[in-house]
Amino acid sequence: MPGLGITLGRGGATTFQQDLRNSDCILIQGSNMAECHPVGFQWVMEAKARGATIIHVDPRFTRTSAMANQHVPIRVGSDIAFLGGLVRYVLEHERYFKEYVTHYTNAANLLREDFQDTEDLDGLFSGFVPEENKYDVTSWGYEGIEGPTPAAGHKELYSEPGAGEGESQSTRITEAPKDFTLQHPRCVFQVLRRHFQRYTPAIVAKVCGVPEEQFLKVAEALCANSGRERTTALCYAVGWTQHSVGVQYIRTATILQLLLGNIGRPGGGILALRGHSSIQGSTDIPTLFNLLPGYLPMPSAQPSPHLDDYLKSHTSGTGWWSNFPKYVVSLLKAWFGDAATKENEYGFRHLPRLTGNHSHMQTVADMADGRVRGYFVMGENPAVGSMNGALQRKGLRQLDWLVVRDFTLIETAEFWRTAPEIQRGDVKPEDIRTEVFFFPAAAHTEKDGSFTNTQRMLQWHHAAVEPREDVRSELHFIFHLGRRLKALYADSGETKDQALRELTWDYPTKGTHEEPSAEAVLREINGYTIKEGQPVSGFTALKDDGTTACGCWIYSGAYADGVNQAARRKPGHEQTWVAPEWGWAWPANRRILYNRASADPEGRPWSERKKYVWWDDARRRWTGEDVPDFIVDLPPDYRPPPGASGVEALAGDNPFIMQADGKAWLYAPAGMMDGPLPAHYEPMESPVKNALYGQQCNPTRLEWPRRGNPYHRAWGDPRYPFILTTYRLTEHHTAGGMSRWLSWLSELQPEQFCEVSPELARERGLSNGGWATLRTARGDLECRVLVTERLRPLKLNGTSVHQVGIPYHWGVTGRIRGDGANELLPFVADANVDIQESKALTCDVVEGRQATRARAATGATQPALPEGLELHRRDSLRAGEVDHVPWQEKKKDEER
Amino acid sequence: MSRKGFFTDSTTCIGCKACEVACKQWNQLPDDGFHFTGMSYDQTGDLGCSTWRHVAFVERPVPLPGHTTGVGDFSWLMVSDVCKHCQRAGCLEACPTGAIVRTEFDTVYVQPDVCNGCGYCVTACPFGVIDRRPDDGRAWKCTLCYDRLGDGMTPACAKACPTESIVYGDLDVLHERAENRVRELHEQGIISAYLYGKDAANQPGTGGLNAFFLLVDKPEVYNLPPDPVVPTMKAREAWSAVALGALGMAAVAVGAVLLGRRGSP
Amino acid sequence: MGVLDLLSRWPVLRQLLRGDLTALGETAMTERSRELQPRTARADRVVKSVCPYCAVGCGQDIYVKDERIIDIEGDTDSPVSRGRLCPKGSATFQLVTGTHRVQHVLYRRPGGTEWERLPLERAMEMVAERVKHTRDTTWEDTDVNGLNVQRTLGIAHLGGATLDNEENYLIKKLFTSLGIVQVENQARI
Repeated sequence: MPGLGITLGRGGATTFQQDLRNSDCILIQGSNMAECHPVGFQWVMEAKARGATIIHVDPRFTRTSAMANQHVPIRVGSDIAFLGGLVRYVLEHERYFKEYVTHYTNAANLLREDFQDTEDLDGLFSGFVPEENKYDVTSWGYEGIEGPTPAAGHKELYSEPGAGEGESQSTRITEAPKDFTLQHPRCVFQVLRRHFQRYTPAIVAKVCGVPEEQFLKVAEALCANSGRERTTALCYAVGWTQHSVGVQYIRTATILQLLLGNIGRPGGGILALRGHSSIQGSTDIPTLFNLLPGYLPMPSAQPSPHLDDYLKSHTSGTGWWSNFPKYVVSLLKAWFGDAATKENEYGFRHLPRLTGNHSHMQTVADMADGRVRGYFVMGENPAVGSMNGALQRKGLRQLDWLVVRDFTLIETAEFWRTAPEIQRGDVKPEDIRTEVFFFPAAAHTEKDGSFTNTQRMLQWHHAAVEPREDVRSELHFIFHLGRRLKALYADSGETKDQALRELTWDYPTKGTHEEPSAEAVLREINGYTIKEGQPVSGFTALKDDGTTACGCWIYSGAYADGVNQAARRKPGHEQTWVAPEWGWAWPANRRILYNRASADPEGRPWSERKKYVWWDDARRRWTGEDVPDFIVDLPPDYRPPPGASGVEALAGDNPFIMQADGKAWLYAPAGMMDGPLPAHYEPMESPVKNALYGQQCNPTRLEWPRRGNPYHRAWGDPRYPFILTTYRLTEHHTAGGMSRWLSWLSELQPEQFCEVSPELARERGLSNGGWATLRTARGDLECRVLVTERLRPLKLNGTSVHQVGIPYHWGVTGRIRGDGANELLPFVADANVDIQESKALTCDVVEGRQATRARAATGATQPALPEGLELHRRDSLRAGEVDHVPWQEKKKDEER
Repeated sequence: MSRKGFFTDSTTCIGCKACEVACKQWNQLPDDGFHFTGMSYDQTGDLGCSTWRHVAFVERPVPLPGHTTGVGDFSWLMVSDVCKHCQRAGCLEACPTGAIVRTEFDTVYVQPDVCNGCGYCVTACPFGVIDRRPDDGRAWKCTLCYDRLGDGMTPACAKACPTESIVYGDLDVLHERAENRVRELHEQGIISAYLYGKDAANQPGTGGLNAFFLLVDKPEVYNLPPDPVVPTMKAREAWSAVALGALGMAAVAVGAVLLGRRGSP
Repeated sequence: MGVLDLLSRWPVLRQLLRGDLTALGETAMTERSRELQPRTARADRVVKSVCPYCAVGCGQDIYVKDERIIDIEGDTDSPVSRGRLCPKGSATFQLVTGTHRVQHVLYRRPGGTEWERLPLERAMEMVAERVKHTRDTTWEDTDVNGLNVQRTLGIAHLGGATLDNEENYLIKKLFTSLGIVQVENQARI
């Protein structure tokens, strides 16, 4: 989550759900919270009952909108324009929280003279390298800082242009030149003001389809409910993230909240609403290609394979990330045990290296090209849940073997038997050579373990019953697979097998199934001292000399004192409203992050009403409702001596301790792939030309231009005139594996349907309760029609634009069945995190059951553009039909 | 035992249907079929033998005061319907077998071990709530979790409800809460808020509902009868008429006998 | 059964004693009704858990009797959820006890048209063999530029957002030690 990580320091929700009750205003955008997080929504309802204003900005009028004081329909894919408009409003009307902004953000920092903004370059920032679709970020830095600026929370810029390439990092960032009057033309504040100057209410109306008076009402509500006495919270979910500019959506929201002074304060903050039980956990302890546990970067292929160089590249000279080596060495000790010594670089050289993008979509593209042989799928259903389902299945067909672990035979397990292309006869099962292993998976009721919820809180679930027959946990599967592989490689003397042979893998087991102890794993994640074997109390006890081991430094403390802190269940009604003794939140059980900012620079609460954490001068320490997210005895008036490094370089009024300069970054001098400031770009497929810049789309977006993944015209494609967006329903879960097999949920939403406005229904002859066919260049589907006033055509620049909504839960197996929405979606992604753009694309809708179920990935071709029409350019610096060549494809061409 | 009931506040219902599923889970009820209705997000249609909580969705071209939308004059109303546990329960009064009883919590409970499936109760319910199951023929409806109440537990639907749209408790307490809520909504400009079936004064035809509602539009909008009357409400008059008739008949008979005697030789 | 006992069961007497004049109340109650108890009262134990659907993290109480789950509902102690559950959370009982759950390992051979049963141990062995074979045949010590990479791009993994932290940890740990870098899940936000 680099949107939050780069700006504030950590990639997680800054607050917790219960804190929403303290909000005076809640803006929900990019989230349908009442439908997708109904139980969390109780805290919004509680705020509303206390008089808070609830605002929902969403393309559809949903069950969330029904509860909101104000619902604002917006064109999908235009949120940066809307949020940018709010940023401009706050700046132009002097409604920002001046003291907060001046002291706690980098507003005062001066930028280099050679930095150029989108204002100067028609939608690009300085440093763009068109041949690579990448930025050289050198010119984005602060004035007076040589070399790269270390970015927290998203430390993946190793080997990226301008990222240092192994040079030691600056220690002087805290001393970079500043203008606290915020008047210098090159200070961040003024650059920000100029950058958002053009995001006027008129532009918001033109780009988003939001009438000016509705926009101004939102702006006024946010401003009126922010400041010393009042706070506003933002809630978002994948409606903001699943875009080719997704990370910058979050950046814009964070900039807005910082200007209003709402981060780190009760009733404020940004709540990222996550959609899976442990999706936050699977980022913290990542099943992600580019990270090691605790947001440590996976090493990439470098001329020097040495640990020292890796540490030098990623250790920040100042701020909390100066502790980087402690976390890396402790992780290596946890993994390689006694075999990890200082002499052999703690086994660092055994770690595999990245050579670019190894994300899900790239892996599937490689799979479809026959380059991947074996695939493990555990608790996911990519044949339904991932974009361009037919291309996903094409990938599965090229495998030698596939392992699927799930509760039941989901579409991914049965791709060789029930897929649309099989049913249609395009592919014969006999011709598919993939060997498939299906393992029945244990449910949460049948295994011990922890989930990390949307507010970074680990909660332990205890096994209630034994799994039956062959049903086993993933813990069991991976542990015993590891055991078997260790046995198979036991006699190998090869270097390549050394990491596996030396891997610590001796977890105690119990019961007839030999289930490994999840608590023992949590204990390793928490960390322990090598000599005594005692659990450490937290990450401050970790060392870089090989005397401690720790599987995930940010989770250190979850097993402090040898007690499973995640299993704590002191009833909420027996605690303060913060409930610190229920579960355990990372880091260090802090519930509101950056809570030092809930006090003024002198350490006093901003107001009695919004009191949370403050400096107790008598006791010489920070105190309050929560664990202070600060160095607990560092007085507010502390100023580091010149030349200070590490954590000592942070001043007593630097609440954002993860950042090298202790400040929240309104402007990101490093860490983002697509710009130091957010700019509105149109989705890959849009009904309109970008009204703000000559650059149509995010210039750094990732494309997969291949026959099985065709794109529509950049804008105004007459074959696909409508906007399409996908979403969830309360009654179902993701790709349906946990809902479409259950009668109690299936009856509540039994059939795939699309939602259309009465106007579009009239235009296309659709009738409520009847059938429609949706088409894109990737494929088509049939669904029922729900004609509703909850969707209205938007007026964009005088023309009417229709939006069509479709839930994505259906697939071809299960108690209820239907065509999957992801059959319609292309592979296209944001360059920061490789997230797919599934919330905004274009489509066609016709009446009746007319689906051919032909798929581009199985050779179907799309209708040609009408005579006389040409494809539009998405990038201002390049020309041609496929005007954007991501590096992966280029590399592939070179290989050929 | 104090009188228990449900207060269902439509203005805090988010239409999540947790009540429907929590009810099915606790009572282990089967599904009601898998049909797309095209009626907004309502796919289960109505209450029945295996759906004892049902959420109605109303998309109406009328704004809700205090709420502005970008889709014009519009609001989306939701409410979770349930057996009303009437003070004058038609089903209970119509049941000839003693299968339907009023419990110590003042709720109406169908005893499945007594019910013989005669179906008299079905036509006696002015709300169309109670329903016979096709497989066993017996009549079923919300039990107000009679099994849970005895153990001090909250009914499943009310416990699950994320937003306290469904509240269970002592009727006295619920009445006060509901009246306060109506006052609050009126102060917020939602002057159309009112209570449906709170007591006999409010709804004479049923004598008041132990499961009563806060609505913001006419009952019909939510598919509730505007003026429900329990059929047995007329029983007293009917029986009086019958009694009168019987008396008359008796008088005629006696008279005839007497006259006959008199007229006999 | 004594005469008195029998007499006390006589409905008319009961009705008179209780003042239940219309006989629509307790008098008409059967023994089953009178002795009705929530099934949770018979549970051997209540196990603390967390809802497996979204990331709100609602607390769940799992009621177990005779080693079978008899009920799942919200945990009123949870400060996050306060005992409440959404429809999905409320359907957890069906999710974990439903007949849709497959209980055995299934195998589809190359070109096969049907599933076949396979013993768990045998399947584990086969997967381990395939991992070894694929890894050994696709191993790269260096990439095209001659840089040290120590990996295989022949094997990939997907999944994690629905799994436990401890499971994700072992997956990442094992696969990284095997040189597998294409480890992914849905948490791309």
